[in-house]
Amino acid sequence: MENEKINVSEMQSDENVTAPEETVTHEQTLKLMSPMQMIIRRFFRSKLSIIGLVMVVSLFLFCWVGPLIYRVSPTEIDKSGKVEYTAKEVTYTDEDGVTHTYIEYIKTELTDNMLSKPSAKHPLGTDKTGKDVLARLMNGGKISLGISFLAVFIVTFLGIIFGGIAGYFGGAVDNIIMRICDILMCLPGFPILLIVGTIIDGLREGGMAMFDYQYKIYWLMGFLTLISWSGTARLVRGQILSLREQEYMVAAEAMGYSTSRKIFKHLVPNVMPQLIVSMTLSLGSMILYEASLSYLGLGAPEQYAAWGTMINAAKDPDILANYFNVWGPPGICIIIAVLGFNFIGDGLRDALDPKMRR
Amino acid sequence: MLKYIIKRLAQSILILLGVSLIIYVLIRCMPVDFVTQKLSSITTTGAETSQELIDAMLKQYGLDTNIFEGYISWLGKLLRLDFGNSFKYSIPVIDVIKDHMGVSFAVAAIATIFEFLIAIPLGVTAATHQYSLRDYIVTVLVMIGISLPSFFFGQLLKNIFAIQLEWFPASGLVDASKDLSGFALLMDQLWHLFIPILTVVILSIGGRMRMTRTNMLEVLNSDYIRTARAKGLKEKVVIYKHAFRNTMIPLVTSLAGLLPGLFSGAIITEQVFGLPGIGNVAFDAMLVADIPFIMGYNMFLALLSVIGVLLADLMYAVVDPRVKLG
Repeated sequence: MENEKINVSEMQSDENVTAPEETVTHEQTLKLMSPMQMIIRRFFRSKLSIIGLVMVVSLFLFCWVGPLIYRVSPTEIDKSGKVEYTAKEVTYTDEDGVTHTYIEYIKTELTDNMLSKPSAKHPLGTDKTGKDVLARLMNGGKISLGISFLAVFIVTFLGIIFGGIAGYFGGAVDNIIMRICDILMCLPGFPILLIVGTIIDGLREGGMAMFDYQYKIYWLMGFLTLISWSGTARLVRGQILSLREQEYMVAAEAMGYSTSRKIFKHLVPNVMPQLIVSMTLSLGSMILYEASLSYLGLGAPEQYAAWGTMINAAKDPDILANYFNVWGPPGICIIIAVLGFNFIGDGLRDALDPKMRR
Repeated sequence: MLKYIIKRLAQSILILLGVSLIIYVLIRCMPVDFVTQKLSSITTTGAETSQELIDAMLKQYGLDTNIFEGYISWLGKLLRLDFGNSFKYSIPVIDVIKDHMGVSFAVAAIATIFEFLIAIPLGVTAATHQYSLRDYIVTVLVMIGISLPSFFFGQLLKNIFAIQLEWFPASGLVDASKDLSGFALLMDQLWHLFIPILTVVILSIGGRMRMTRTNMLEVLNSDYIRTARAKGLKEKVVIYKHAFRNTMIPLVTSLAGLLPGLFSGAIITEQVFGLPGIGNVAFDAMLVADIPFIMGYNMFLALLSVIGVLLADLMYAVVDPRVKLG
């Protein structure tokens, strides 16, 4: 990180000339900016990062504040009933030999209000079991966004620990950790998670309540974090390899600090800028990963649906062709979330990179 | 150089051993094995099963051993280059992979070619017009592309072009109602693959375009470009002759990293469009615990990614003489 910079742009020289009787101190004429303030200023100068921030914040409000205003249970089936008409063409010949064709309507009364079109009662209609789509969208967002945040934090945590250790100690420790990273990088993600998914199913049938349906996606994403920290670890290691040769680390050595203090207080904070960028960008990909798992049927079951599970309904050709209100909104939500995080990540990268000054 | 390659190859073998051990242990931990599934399909037809039959079947499929014995025997066979027979198809794993590789490879290869053809010019214009309206429009569009979930976007395209407009077939690879052969069959298959390829291309342009843009910007800010401009060279010559060549370095090396992706098959795209590719077959194999196939397929992918990384490093040294391997 750069040292504290003094921004001289706000000199207000005109005022100084017209009002000479006022004693102007340096504090008033110079505006001091900490590196943090500069980053924030550069971040907000980019329109795309502001758009990204707005997108992400409004999605969070939608998912967490929305249910307080729109008080419909995402698991309740609308029992108000629905009348369906099926048209059928019937041809018959009467005694005179004249053929008549008429259309017969068969009226079916259903107890559940399934697949209803958007209306005042259900702004986005209902799904094929009669649950309100808007309420499910909010609830699904909580699951999707929550899991992705959790997963990214765990991945970053593991990455910092292993990358920090590998980069600081070097030698055999570094070699072992890097070979583990190589192995993890070669593991095919989806196939492994499919296998782990069935293992979790088996454990649940073995009677373990902690592997209940609604926790399955958490276990899966937990496993995913275990096999995907290698990228972060490499990033941290690479940075630390160059940082540990710098003078301030010699000073830290001379002060007699403990090893863990040197790694986690002096080295890791200097990697944070790059880490924050990679975390924001990987939030987007985690949301996509979670959604794809749910789409493949590995995610939260239908009643605890995340966004991916809701799109899964489009595997039914009738719903795909006729009920965009069931599978469209969750897809749009995913796009907004991922796009928002990508915009923020991009903006942060430009703001944190001293070479990218405009 | 040779020493470096040998060292890397030795490391690769270790990596592959680690990968195979992890995958094997995980598969054997699966609660339903192939024999149990087969037996349950026998009992639903009303037939009786005996303990002898179960034991015989377990022995036949090599499931009567514990995990580590099983792994050692799998490894032993592998040393004789024998991947075993797929449980589900009862033919050698290599043949199953060969049979279904074509479609997946075609989709991936054609998509990759279009990805490069579209993404590189976009990246170059975005970089040469940095912070202009053009840069913003291109950036926003490709960012939307990156952010699309493949299954959602695939379904959207399928809904619009195949179901509503009926321009393209909705799923499958061949039209069963027509009897085609030769060139007509090939064209029909390509016709079926149009939307899947379009989906893959739109999703992947973004990453490549961002990469081109970043590299191009880095090169454009370097001193020799300023020198070239100072000499009075035309802007075209500066960009395409001086800058673009150096932008190519990371692009060329990234080609090697594409290697596993070309053969792995896109599980989700193939699921959405019902293509008989390797990704779809692997998904089914996973569900029935077809151990030899899953191991063979995953080891094939792991091998490709190990080779891909090694090739990328080697190509980096070949393309850019400043890089020294050590």
